[in-house]
Amino acid sequence: MTVTEHDIVVIGGGPAGLAAAIAAKKSGVNDVLILERGGELGGILNQCIHNGFGLHTFGEELTGSEYAARFIAEAEELGIPYKLDTMALDITPERVVTAVNRTDGVMTIKAGAVILAMGCRERPRGALNIAGFRPAGIFSAGTAQRLVNIEGYMPGKEVVILGSGDIGLIMARRMTLEGARVKLVAELMPYSGGLKRNIVQCLDDFDIPLLLSHTVVDIEGKERVTAVVVAEVDENRRPIPGTEQRISCDTLLLSCGLLPENELSQSAGVELSPVTGGAVVNESLETSVGGVFACGNVLHVHDLVDYVSEEAALAGENAARYVRGERCEGGEPISLRAGNGVRYTVPSFIAPERAGDKLTVRFRVADVYKNAFVCVYCGDECVQRRKKRVLAPGEMEQVVLTDRLFAENPGLSEITIKIETA
Amino acid sequence: MIYDTIIIGAGVVGCAAARFLSAYLADVLVLEREEDVCAGTSKANSAIIHSGYDAPNGSLKARYNVLGNAMTEKLSRELDFPFERRGSLTVCTDPSRVSVLEELRMRGEKNGVPGLRILDRDEALRLEPNLADGVVAALFAPTAGIVCPFKMTIAFAENACENGAEFRLNTRVTGLYREDGLWRVQTDRGEYTSKTVVNAAGVYADVLNNLVSERKLRITPRRGDYILLDRAVGGYVRHTVFPLPTKLGKGVLVTPTVHGNTIVGPTAVDIEDRESTATTADGINTVLERSSLSIKNLPVRSVITSFAGLRAHEDGGDFVIGEPDDAPGFFNCAGIESPGLSAAPAIGEEVARRIAEKLNLKADPDFKPERRDILDPSKLSTEERNILIKKNPAYGAIVCRCEGVTEGEILEAIRRPLGARSLDAVKRRVRAGMGRCQGGFCSPKVMELISRECGIPLDEVTKCGGASRITVGRTKEG
Repeated sequence: MTVTEHDIVVIGGGPAGLAAAIAAKKSGVNDVLILERGGELGGILNQCIHNGFGLHTFGEELTGSEYAARFIAEAEELGIPYKLDTMALDITPERVVTAVNRTDGVMTIKAGAVILAMGCRERPRGALNIAGFRPAGIFSAGTAQRLVNIEGYMPGKEVVILGSGDIGLIMARRMTLEGARVKLVAELMPYSGGLKRNIVQCLDDFDIPLLLSHTVVDIEGKERVTAVVVAEVDENRRPIPGTEQRISCDTLLLSCGLLPENELSQSAGVELSPVTGGAVVNESLETSVGGVFACGNVLHVHDLVDYVSEEAALAGENAARYVRGERCEGGEPISLRAGNGVRYTVPSFIAPERAGDKLTVRFRVADVYKNAFVCVYCGDECVQRRKKRVLAPGEMEQVVLTDRLFAENPGLSEITIKIETA
Repeated sequence: MIYDTIIIGAGVVGCAAARFLSAYLADVLVLEREEDVCAGTSKANSAIIHSGYDAPNGSLKARYNVLGNAMTEKLSRELDFPFERRGSLTVCTDPSRVSVLEELRMRGEKNGVPGLRILDRDEALRLEPNLADGVVAALFAPTAGIVCPFKMTIAFAENACENGAEFRLNTRVTGLYREDGLWRVQTDRGEYTSKTVVNAAGVYADVLNNLVSERKLRITPRRGDYILLDRAVGGYVRHTVFPLPTKLGKGVLVTPTVHGNTIVGPTAVDIEDRESTATTADGINTVLERSSLSIKNLPVRSVITSFAGLRAHEDGGDFVIGEPDDAPGFFNCAGIESPGLSAAPAIGEEVARRIAEKLNLKADPDFKPERRDILDPSKLSTEERNILIKKNPAYGAIVCRCEGVTEGEILEAIRRPLGARSLDAVKRRVRAGMGRCQGGFCSPKVMELISRECGIPLDEVTKCGGASRITVGRTKEG
């Protein structure tokens, strides 16, 4: 068995892994290796042939594959080595990575630092407890996207979509453009889980109805889907008897949430947040296991890839500092608390000494708010209060904490981020 | 061609019968309406080998359960399917009903079940720390076990096949009659003739029986809903944990599987439609609620799928095994509800023996009792695995990330005799698509491998045969 050593091993060659590796290399660490389970770099972006990527990063609208191509080109220019079709099987707390592929077989890699960038998976039908038969024709939206955009095959012709996550919305338009009839999108919650722009561009522009507070309660068809039964739900998300409508279709696409894929992180003993399903990290995006960093959708599910790249670059820089021994000692960390209306924050802890002059804290809200305030509290004192016209769970929010805040509040133990409606 | 035996139904009982018959010099044909073996009740059950205390004394259920349980360990070695004797706990949550445990223990002893013991709460907790707070005592049955029903059935089928039994899949029996001392089996793919017939037709076994015998049977499909939990919460229970049995069955159990998942179920609802394996919201809720009576804080958020199976409940309440007096040569294996999986080896062996006696079959001197399962590289040492990958790089390519299944395993599943032709058939053999993402990532790749290996266009690859095509054509074909 081959045993190699590398300064930094990046698990995953999607947008997060690429940006992290590039930033690490630019920070002066030469020995960075990317392990990618797919047949090419770029990850799930390769099947995202729609536009809307890169507005923040490049100031222009790119397709997902174009966005990936820019990062791949940069990684190639920097000469960052990568292994494709390579599956990481295990990571120990001592950062020994076991991986396998066709040519190297099972290999062991000792890493100075590990950057977790494995992305996420879609919540499958089984996890949704939808009753009915289990025929062909039920796809998670991303699987359908792969079949259409990469393989060139149609998953079906008459489609119902459950869940208004972004991939579901994108696939509503994509399937329509390919000649399928998308009958409706049902969303369990009273609001969409996707971006506003996707609702407009992918549903409204094609007259596809979005039924909020609706779900699928039954699936018909023993071999292939023949119909689904859609019903309205009450405020407790329970179907309301008598509201059922049977929609004939041959396909049910599911876009009901993304789950950070952290089985590997768990093998290393990384502590996970029950809210995000991703690692609990500090200001350096370092997990509870020293020298193991996390970024992108494996850390928490993002709405825009631009933010993934930004976050991943920070992870790459910090991993570089870690292996070069350039990190200053952090004192007692400040806990970051998700207060009213805030589901979680990334990071969860901040060592002010390492936070730099500006630290971006990302979070999601728990409900839809109009004309509400995003507030930052140090103890009882509100130190930041910013009005937002709309806040929605489908969109990631952020606040920026400055070094001045930490300097003005020495000995701070907790910072709370919360939403205030008046 | 006149077959010695035609077996109708390639579930676990039909395949077990085929395997034991293939030990004789006999021409055996197995007919199965689905595209794969193990595609009916055998694929949707609790995946356990009961100890045998529950069935009434003197019943066929009791007899074949205890016999089958005793046979399973040796068979699992011969045929290389996973079986673990974990033991079961039947828990009592009502102090006034502890005596029922004693009744079960005595019944079990009469049935010939070894090692039954009644445990107080503390003793039970030592075996199973997550028992519900209300549990006051339990019946421990050390011989109970867990098994992979897919691998067990497929092992029987493959071994039968290797020893000369023929299988016709996608072949539905449409009629059956006796003529000139022979049986004529009509199917949607032509007529077959045999000296004897084994009726292993599951929920349709009464229909077949009633075509040829006046000893009428009536089978009611009894639907059971189940949920399956992620391997990530494996180990939450170590034994099969039952509540006290009721008239409708053994209740909602919680059990580990040989693959590290946790199964919870089943419900028991009598229905009319013999095809209705649809789960219901009520059923899933019932499973979730009832499980909490025996196991506390079960991590039900880790559910990865739910399914339903149909038990073939016969009015008499017992298995119906053997020839009706008015249909010589027609061997029933009917009413095979729980403990059918546990009893299947014994039923198969018994029916094979009776047919051999009737037809004066001789033992096949070339019979190979052993069969090896598909090679699982994760069970090899790293050195062995690397030698394998060097020889065949497909074993270095992980296709199903959740279950760690390699391309090499999937190719073997497709290339074997009775090989997989659908996503579900691959899943049952090597577990690709069985994990937490439920095939979201690997299904396009598995489809491609099936398409390539079987020489069929990708859009003709199915989930489970018949009309279950995954895709409906190329893009932009209208």
